[in-house]
Amino acid sequence: MSSIGTGYDLSVTTFSPDGRVFQIEYAAKAVDNSGTVVGIKCKDGIVIGVEKLIASKMMLPGSNRRIHSVHRHSGMGVAGLAADGRQIVARAKSEAHNYESTYGEPIPIKELAERVASYVHLCTLYWWLRPFGSGVILGGYDRDGPQLYMVEPSGVSYRYFGAAIGKGRQSAKTEIEKLKLSEMTCRQGVIEVAKIIYGVHDEAKDKTFELEMSWVCDESNRQHQKVPEALLEEAKAAAKSALEEMDAD
Amino acid sequence: MPSEQKLGSAIVDTVFANMVSSQNESSLLSSEGDSQRTQYPYVTGTSVIGIKYKDGILMAADMGGSYGSTIRYKSVERLKQVGKHSLIGASGEISDFQEILRYLDELILHDSMWDDGNSLGPKEVHNYLTRVLYNRRNKFDPLWNSLVLGGVKNGQKYLGSVSMIGVHFEDDHVATGFGNHLARPILREEWREDLTFEEGVKLLEKCMRNLLYRDRSAVNKLQIAKITEEGLTISQPYSLKTFWNFAAFKNPTVGAEGSW
Repeated sequence: MSSIGTGYDLSVTTFSPDGRVFQIEYAAKAVDNSGTVVGIKCKDGIVIGVEKLIASKMMLPGSNRRIHSVHRHSGMGVAGLAADGRQIVARAKSEAHNYESTYGEPIPIKELAERVASYVHLCTLYWWLRPFGSGVILGGYDRDGPQLYMVEPSGVSYRYFGAAIGKGRQSAKTEIEKLKLSEMTCRQGVIEVAKIIYGVHDEAKDKTFELEMSWVCDESNRQHQKVPEALLEEAKAAAKSALEEMDAD
Repeated sequence: MPSEQKLGSAIVDTVFANMVSSQNESSLLSSEGDSQRTQYPYVTGTSVIGIKYKDGILMAADMGGSYGSTIRYKSVERLKQVGKHSLIGASGEISDFQEILRYLDELILHDSMWDDGNSLGPKEVHNYLTRVLYNRRNKFDPLWNSLVLGGVKNGQKYLGSVSMIGVHFEDDHVATGFGNHLARPILREEWREDLTFEEGVKLLEKCMRNLLYRDRSAVNKLQIAKITEEGLTISQPYSLKTFWNFAAFKNPTVGAEGSW
């Protein structure tokens, strides 16, 4: 994994002899070292969950949101450098607003993902700009149904059934692949995402974390919002007991 | 590399554009020539009346859009919901009202995207509208409307009005345009703190009937909106019964004999 690009990694406008742009790869490392963000597409909507690593006991629970609404029908969970992520969210909000202003309908999620990806990519083209040190999982519900996209610091964006970025992404992806997403409702999806995040959290390496979750689904009237308190507590309880079952083995 | 620099400054501009509000033109970059005089209204709505009642706010407005002295549009909805807690009624230039509704939509959207359990109440929306209208007036480019803003939040009823020059009031009963002259006197006599819904509607209908008789830009098709803590309803359009059976109307030409 470790490839030191000595000499070829000083600028984002330099290719290495084997065709890599090291600065972009280093930017991706910032995302890989952050708390896990998971997104899944259920049959009636999207669920996004974030493992929010708590740096200090002084922080108020519920602050430092990692999931932001971009428009009524869409939201994104951010991994990596929080301040960079905030810029991506601001840009996405602005794109969504402009589209609706011009065309009179909410921005299709595909279009939004393209615009965000193209903006992130833009910042990898010039030596006086640095790439974004954050990746986002964008979920939304438009007239083509619920859709899930992921945008990486390189500017690459794909559409997914289930996606994960951050520390625990490998094991999260394995868990997501086990789920039968096409038959699951978002209510059930919320419980599953909570279980996955609790499962991938490394107790030894990191201290405490706070679980933050949001959804866009038929039940939320196709609006992006925080998962309701009651359901969130239910999901946390289910996740904790699933962990205890695993530990008991 | 001039094109690169342009792109670079475009990026910087977009970054700053995110921070600047999305109010259009009349900025440092556009020419000052166009906004040196006020406009003329083209399609206008007439009076709006609002009253507080026991459970909340009641508002009435007819559905006419006049083009000068022609009653051009007869299904214009001049009462609209704003967020969870407020109701706006507009008289004056209809296209400016549509623009105001776009500003309010953006305001409410950004407020709801915080997702923090709070939402803008009628007092805040009223204040926002006052600022918008007053600042436009200062640039000699007014939004040609008189607005009534009412709502209920956390049990508190609120009713206010703003004019196109930014004059704003908060009161138990408000009206715009002709309503101030024809409806307010009725309301001053007959309004009470504890009006029931039915009494409130009857009172509003009495005012609207008076306006229908005496205001040439009134049409006999109105909506009444109610907003309470529970929510908002805007009625289906309906018409008022009028009475024309006066003796002097029966034989209009009597006493009209003249030399020609």
